[in-house]
Amino acid sequence: MKNEITRDVERVVLALDVNGEARQLLVAVHKTLLEVLREDLQLTGTKHGCELGECGTCTVLIDGRPELSCLSLPIQLQGRAITTVEGMASGSELHPLQTAFAELGAAQCGYCTPGILLSARALLEENARPSRDEIREALAGNLCRCTGYTKILQAIELAAERMR
Amino acid sequence: MAEEHGARAMFVAGGTDLFPKLKRRQFEVETLIGLDFLPRVIRNGSTECAIDAGVTLATAAHDSHLQAGFTGYAQAAGLVSSPPLRNAGTIGGNLCVDTRCNYYDMTYEWRKAAGFCIKKDGDICLVAPSSPRCWAVSSSDTAPMAIALDGVVGLAGPEGDRELPVSALYRDDGIEYMAKRPAEVLTGLRLRKSANTRSAYVKLRRRGSIDFPIAGAAVAMELDGESVIGCRIVLSAVASYPLEAAAAEKFLKGKRLDQETIREAAELAAKPAKPLDNADLSHFWRKRMVRVVVEQAIQRVSDQRAGFGG
Amino acid sequence: MKVVGKPLAKVDAAAKVTGRAIYADDMLPARTLHCRILRSPHPHARIVSIDTSAARRIPGVVAVITGSDLPVKFGILPVTQDERALEHEKVRYVGDPIAAVAATEEEIAAAACDAIAVEYEVLEPVMSIEAALAIPKDERIQDYGGPNNIHKFVSLEFGDVDGGFARADNVREDVFFFQGNTHLPMEQHSAVATYIDGRVTLWSSTQVVHYVHRALAKVLELPMNRIRVIGAAHGGGFGGKTDPFAHEIIVAKLAMLTGRPVKCTLTREEVFYAHRGRHPVLMWIKTGVTADGRISAMHFRSALDGGAYGSYGVASTFYTGALQTVTYDIPAYRFEGCRVFTNKPPCGPKRGHGTPQPRFALELHLEKLAHDLGLDPVELKRRNFVKPNTRTVNWLRVTSCGLEECTDRVIKASAFHQRKRFFGRGMGFAISSYLSGAGTAIYWNDMPHSEVQIKVDRGGVTAFCGAMDIGQGSDSVLATIVAEELGLQPADIRLVTADTDTTPIDLGSYSSRVTFMAGNAALEAARKMRALLVEAVAAKTGAEASAIDVSEARVGDCSFEEASVLAEARFGTLTTAGSYTPPKIAGPYKGSGVGPSPAYSYSACVVDLDADARTGLIHVNKIWIAHDVGRAINPLLVEGQVEGSVYMGLGEALMEEQVFRKGLHKWPSMLEYKSPTFLDMPEVETFIVETNDPEGPYGAKEAGQGPLLPVPPALCSAVYDALGVWIDEIPVSPEKVTEALRRKEKGEPPRYGPPRFPSIPYPEAIKVQPPPKDFDAAAATI
Ligand SMILES: Cc1cc2nc3c(=O)[nH]c(=O)nc-3n(C[C@H](O)[C@H](O)[C@H](O)COP(=O)(O)OP(=O)(O)OC[C@H]3O[C@@H](n4cnc5c(N)ncnc54)[C@H](O)[C@@H]3O)c2cc1C
Ligand code: SF4
Ligand code: FES
Ligand code: FES
Repeated sequence: MKNEITRDVERVVLALDVNGEARQLLVAVHKTLLEVLREDLQLTGTKHGCELGECGTCTVLIDGRPELSCLSLPIQLQGRAITTVEGMASGSELHPLQTAFAELGAAQCGYCTPGILLSARALLEENARPSRDEIREALAGNLCRCTGYTKILQAIELAAERMR
Repeated sequence: MAEEHGARAMFVAGGTDLFPKLKRRQFEVETLIGLDFLPRVIRNGSTECAIDAGVTLATAAHDSHLQAGFTGYAQAAGLVSSPPLRNAGTIGGNLCVDTRCNYYDMTYEWRKAAGFCIKKDGDICLVAPSSPRCWAVSSSDTAPMAIALDGVVGLAGPEGDRELPVSALYRDDGIEYMAKRPAEVLTGLRLRKSANTRSAYVKLRRRGSIDFPIAGAAVAMELDGESVIGCRIVLSAVASYPLEAAAAEKFLKGKRLDQETIREAAELAAKPAKPLDNADLSHFWRKRMVRVVVEQAIQRVSDQRAGFGG
Repeated sequence: MKVVGKPLAKVDAAAKVTGRAIYADDMLPARTLHCRILRSPHPHARIVSIDTSAARRIPGVVAVITGSDLPVKFGILPVTQDERALEHEKVRYVGDPIAAVAATEEEIAAAACDAIAVEYEVLEPVMSIEAALAIPKDERIQDYGGPNNIHKFVSLEFGDVDGGFARADNVREDVFFFQGNTHLPMEQHSAVATYIDGRVTLWSSTQVVHYVHRALAKVLELPMNRIRVIGAAHGGGFGGKTDPFAHEIIVAKLAMLTGRPVKCTLTREEVFYAHRGRHPVLMWIKTGVTADGRISAMHFRSALDGGAYGSYGVASTFYTGALQTVTYDIPAYRFEGCRVFTNKPPCGPKRGHGTPQPRFALELHLEKLAHDLGLDPVELKRRNFVKPNTRTVNWLRVTSCGLEECTDRVIKASAFHQRKRFFGRGMGFAISSYLSGAGTAIYWNDMPHSEVQIKVDRGGVTAFCGAMDIGQGSDSVLATIVAEELGLQPADIRLVTADTDTTPIDLGSYSSRVTFMAGNAALEAARKMRALLVEAVAAKTGAEASAIDVSEARVGDCSFEEASVLAEARFGTLTTAGSYTPPKIAGPYKGSGVGPSPAYSYSACVVDLDADARTGLIHVNKIWIAHDVGRAINPLLVEGQVEGSVYMGLGEALMEEQVFRKGLHKWPSMLEYKSPTFLDMPEVETFIVETNDPEGPYGAKEAGQGPLLPVPPALCSAVYDALGVWIDEIPVSPEKVTEALRRKEKGEPPRYGPPRFPSIPYPEAIKVQPPPKDFDAAAATI
């Protein structure tokens, strides 16, 4: 196996809409959205646990739908709205989901939290009154190793109630 | 364009199968051809439904017409991996998803340590070392269902456009698992059925989400009251291609669906399945479970007929 | 109590829900170089040569190091200093680090690793306990321990065991196996180092800044005062980040060589190789009971598959035999333990360290004994429960003990005895106990285990402590205790934690010690500060000090800020300190250091499930768990720890396993290593039981590990309840269930599990006299 090193990596200018801000940047074409967010835009709120699509930690919203940033290429996302955890709050006011997660202890180490918050936000925007099973279904791609999920379910229900 | 770049180019739709494999260096490509330009529409009819290849699995799973008329297909799409992945993954990509093997779906470093196998970089099969071929497993959830629902794919290539039944899209080989030409783009899928066709998909996996199938049964049946007029039973994840259970299909034709018949049909359907030790859980157990999933799928079809929902 | 006992949000909650918390991999100082590590592709091999020249020539590569750059050995336990940051003589598992590259980009570093040529002389790998007990084909894995690949023996006997068995009316023997599994924190390990003005600074996702500090000093051959270790925000550990790791030492060394910041984040695959997870343990247990269902003697044997290095293994070995006596009154007890080396990533301390495996065996074994005797298992266990304020036969001091109450709670809530019995549905019950901090330090010393300083300055309060919050909420516990004593809210307390330059020591977040030990230290420091404030206010207002109330941000008639100004004027800089040293309660025998704890937590659990006889698939309907935490300083955090423990216990019971095939980890990925999703987790009902421990801060004990323990055995007894088959091996995968059912049908013993326990040349047991009756009461009167 010969190993190739791409010394002259092709770079492209990208125009991305991240959390409502228009960003232009020059990046290597093969960089994933996860890498561009964390390294080029310093939006390190988006985390990673596998970088292979297996854990959901890197979830962001693309046009309001949860997708895995470790499996997305920014070049395919131009003109689409990207939302990260940094875009959850409005100004210094936290999103009701964020408040509920904090109040109920739904974030322990907090590492899975950004992805889970975003999946939950997409759910609540579609369904203001999700049943517990609907929440489980919607979040089934996001693993958490700390909480056992119970507090997360409770926090989403609390936020849903407050948002109605 | 694909032809110009030859073997070093690949199409990418949602990228959910391709990107992990690129990262693990299972594929080495110079050029990726994005398929975002393809349309993404579902055109519904009563006995036929045309789905563009770029439609996401989530859209297909939530489409109410598909849910009602092509139930098994919507179920299969909704059982692929996890919600965020289904928002990106496409139905076209799902039909083309690479075959899997737990000696192959590993990082470059792991494969180097294990010794490379024929599917990539090596010259033996680590599952069946005496065999000259690769036994990687067809792991698409929707492909068996597309076959059961008499699906036809549209292909567009440098030599023109053509249609191909989904049942002819696959080959019994873990490496050259697709019968389409590499430069051909899959543009869409047409599913076909009669007014009285019911369908269901049952998937077996360890967890409620994320996991690939380790066995699965896609069943579509045309029913006249109690009796079976025609039926297709296609298994997932037990061979290198979606395995059609012809003997069981033949057996069911003209029969009334009672418990005994369902059990016998499932028995027949499971016979040709030969899972190997290259997916989750033991292959002995998986082999025994094939019968169970087929039975469950037929049972679900039967329940739909009786109006139990589905 | 104003804040203790209240379900308040964690002090770092806002940072965590906004994505602001900075984890190690989030840091990218200017000019950072990226490090990748070349790892062994062989489970067992001698290194003949390493040629890094091609790697060095690759543009973008700044430094390449190998074992000869870091030859000094380290290890968490003083007795097993057997690891090197990079091996240059011999590799012992697939994943053992050999060389490291620092480059301008991660991809370049990876390519450079691939360009390093290593020549190996491949040796026969040793991949199982049985193989490790046998004479090695080529050579031993480590050059200490023995015979063969045996690492450690323990052989202890307390009381008259043979007499106890002779007295028994019923004796039973069983063999069990608990498969290994791993922590799988969501955060991959990561470390960043800088080297500026002759000083190394390391940010790491570690649970033990202090032990990393020590290891760095040793291997880098620098004085400790030239090294600073800072715990970054922590993305989950569960015991998996409790050793000093190769990558932490490597980035420090590379920073020293290049003068630039160097970062290493392990890939998910590498996290599986870092491991230090649950030991696979084979166990044999024999118990004698009298006709009235009282245990008369117990003999327990364990064989641990340790992987390639020592890690915490010596302690783990002792732990497999230590805590049996803390839940059941066993008058005579013999324990023989043995840990072997195999060519796998080293095992270590995962949540419950060395005790979930024997707990699984013990609970199921007693369950079977009860069936032999025709007794209700709950009743049999109850008859043997330890009593509060007693010493066990192996000298462990039990103080507060809520076993009875925990049992009552879950049995009642689940209607265990009223359950409907039908094939396919079952309930199971189990109990457990765990330490609130190990009573002895990892390396021998007489210093405190935890220290806290408090500074008050014009109304602002800062608490300093080396404790590392790994998500369990230890920062919040510290803030709550200080706030309680000073009449403030936790949010009023600024915290500086886990930084070896600025905070006094805490040994780390392991063995569930932080709430108890750092909590007690914080309590002492806060009480001293409170006394200063009260004295200053008393002097100013003429009030009696004892009459001055400190609460609601007031000290008597003064606001807190006024009081702090008065106190600073009177005493100068306002700082106080507190520390905690566990009582010396270890028994008078060699090996008595593992097991003693200033207090034990207790749990009881009931699992309700459906088991499908056809597929062997299990669907857990509900879990009830009661946990004696002494006192819940913050009930939200306690519930969170309990629920998280149940989750992890269920994962281990049903699906998580670290297994190997042809010398390789079979599936080092998050897809194939199964961690339960939202859809796999049943409803959990948690009961907090408070027993007010006399020595815990406000009566508190641990909550982070103990509640994991009863879940696997409760699940297995529920499977028996449902299907009439015993699954004596964890995890309970569907294929094991169907196999056990097949055996039952054929008239064989209805069981899946290890057929026998190997013959192990344990040394003659050291005979230890049990403590005299009322030992502590006698000691107290002296
Ligand atoms: C963790 C994980 C779990 C998964 N679980 C499942 C599962 O349970 N069931 C399942 O079926 N799949 C699963 N997948 C695989 C994959 O995500 C899905 O199959 C998905 O539908 C693939 O679609 P895509 O659009 O992302 O395909 P891509 O990744 O874009 O492409 C996949 C392959 O198809 C080719 N291709 C894509 N579109 C076309 C086209 N229009 N014409 C010609 N060739 C094309 C690509 O060149 C590539 O070879 C999983 C993947 C991951 C990472
Ligand atoms: S079946 Fe054999 S050849 Fe095919 S991927 Fe697996 S190991 Fe390789
Ligand atoms: S990082 Fe695990 S799914 Fe993206
Ligand atoms: S809070 Fe730690 S992984 Fe979810």
